[in-house]
Amino acid sequence: MRIVAVTACPTGIAHTYMAAEALEQAAAEAGHHIVVETQGAAGAVRLSAAQVAQADAVIFAADTEIQDRERFAAKPVVIAPVQRAINHPRELISRAEEAAEAAAGAATAEGTGPGDAPEDVTAGAGADGTAEDRGAAVGGPAHGAPSEGAGVHPATRLRQWLMTGVSYMIPFVAAGGILIALAFMIGGAEVAVKVDGGTWQGRTYPEVTDLSELVDRAGYAGVLFKIGATAFSMLVPILAGFIAYAIADRPGLVPGVVSGLLAVATGAGFLGGLAGGLLAGAVVTALRRIHLPRAAAGVMTVVGIPLVSTLVMGLLMIIVIGEPIAAAQRGLTDWLDGLSGANAILLGALLGLMMAFDMGGPVNKVAYTFGVAGLASGDLEVMAAVMAAGMVPPLALALATVVRRALFTDSERKAGEAAWLLGASFITEGAIPFAAADPLRVIPSIMAGSAVTGALSMAVGATSRAPHGGLWVIGLIGNPALYLAAIAAGVLVGAACVLVAKHFGRRPVLEGAPTLPGTTSR
Amino acid sequence: MPDLITADFVDLDLEAADRHEAVRSLAARLAAADRVTDLDGFLADARDREEQMPTGIEGGIGIPHARSVHVTLPTLAFGRSADGVDFGAADGPADLVFLIAAPAGGHAEHLDILASIARRLVHVSFRQALRRAVDAQAVVDLINKEVGGR
Repeated sequence: MRIVAVTACPTGIAHTYMAAEALEQAAAEAGHHIVVETQGAAGAVRLSAAQVAQADAVIFAADTEIQDRERFAAKPVVIAPVQRAINHPRELISRAEEAAEAAAGAATAEGTGPGDAPEDVTAGAGADGTAEDRGAAVGGPAHGAPSEGAGVHPATRLRQWLMTGVSYMIPFVAAGGILIALAFMIGGAEVAVKVDGGTWQGRTYPEVTDLSELVDRAGYAGVLFKIGATAFSMLVPILAGFIAYAIADRPGLVPGVVSGLLAVATGAGFLGGLAGGLLAGAVVTALRRIHLPRAAAGVMTVVGIPLVSTLVMGLLMIIVIGEPIAAAQRGLTDWLDGLSGANAILLGALLGLMMAFDMGGPVNKVAYTFGVAGLASGDLEVMAAVMAAGMVPPLALALATVVRRALFTDSERKAGEAAWLLGASFITEGAIPFAAADPLRVIPSIMAGSAVTGALSMAVGATSRAPHGGLWVIGLIGNPALYLAAIAAGVLVGAACVLVAKHFGRRPVLEGAPTLPGTTSR
Repeated sequence: MPDLITADFVDLDLEAADRHEAVRSLAARLAAADRVTDLDGFLADARDREEQMPTGIEGGIGIPHARSVHVTLPTLAFGRSADGVDFGAADGPADLVFLIAAPAGGHAEHLDILASIARRLVHVSFRQALRRAVDAQAVVDLINKEVGGR
């Protein structure tokens, strides 16, 4: 059997070479032919295209990113930390044997014609699953793994893709959200209006378009707000980009990020970005399967795939997704307007459901705009209900991560720590990492919590004269004590629903995504 | 080219309570020979690396290492500990400790030598020879012989 391997470690002066030597020894003992590319400090001797093409299996023994791993796409892959290769090289060799056999078996089973090269095989069968079972897929190498393993349950793969996107997004949520919260604490609720433009307490502020005027017009709180808002604007593009990256590796990044940016621009929100990221990954994967003459193949990788996939995804996001969303928003707004004067408690519950559904997405926007419109026409109760309901999702999830730590991944628990502050500041987006990682369980749960809070806020007749700011503008809230009680009730309901939902059909909490370079998973 | 290792960089009676002490003890030998210009700075770099992932290898090996601006020449220090020092390997403490110090911008040829040393460490026969070495010079000769003709 022919094996190619890549070894890499953070410093690139020791483990990279020890792993290479250990693999070479073990392969020779087992009677296999192996070539190892050491991606270390001494400079790598690159595997030739022919060596890669002839290989029956690929071993990645690495604690850092493998360079140009798309060279190995569609090969059966075994992934392990570099230490594993040094300590147990024989185990990796035998896993490579299994992976190659499984791939060959899959080729036969799928009735692949004899003319087709093994490259066609959906590869990595068994290998990825095995790596996870042994806890081997940790650290750098696991992310962006073209986890096409036939042995891995589709739901697990989907969750790994989502978790990769989420793990890259969380620092943006935390940094941006905390900066915005600080801005509200220092500058009060009006800071958002001063920066983005709008009306506050009867005074109209124009948007600050020239950043050199930012300090003069909005103060340093405004600067904090602007920085935070900028970090936040990358939240959906990063999510979408790295979901696509997890599916299709580096070529997935461009169409994924562009889909995310367009999801923001069309108002499709994080659910739009999530869908865009998954679709972008699928489009790139599909494009890779088109067989071209060797001469054209190079151009395809460098220009063709990024160009075509980005074009396809852009058209899809703007025309197919964008317009229906705008139409749906108009419809929802009309419907809400028609409900004015209906049962206030039911209206509060409905607004709560909408606020929590997509957290900054189109439905949330309709509910929020409805609240702000109420504020402008003097109906302060709707604004209070909307803000209270919007504070619930991050708080409920923060509470859930504290009550049952084991149900959440490491990165989710870290997101939970920031979510307290984000929730208290009415930054509903703090819940997105949780919702993106496990939408079917999380979104209904927090909708329930927000609905309870929205209804209770209306029932007790709380009012708000502020459109932003959360607990930091409690001075502008009418009936604050019962308002806080309404929020607390929704948080308890939401957290309880999340825990119950996560408990049912519980899957092992798998950090499908890596911790970021330079951090440890502990 | 200056020697990768000299008898001054070998400690056959390494005594250390933990891996940080072991690294400090070996690094101090490099600092004394001006291979390391700032001992604490180098130790911080080595510790950074160690915290990313323990450097212990099964079979009683610890290889603390760093590329650092505080290193002048690629250098290897070797310590042998009768009691063993825990470097985080699954099968217990290490009795053979290799401290690898590489300059931040080392030339590829220097790094090639370090790479070939790292490769030898995987070989059981090399480890056994190091365990049997009678004095510091024997270790130096052994290593120079293994990296072959340099």
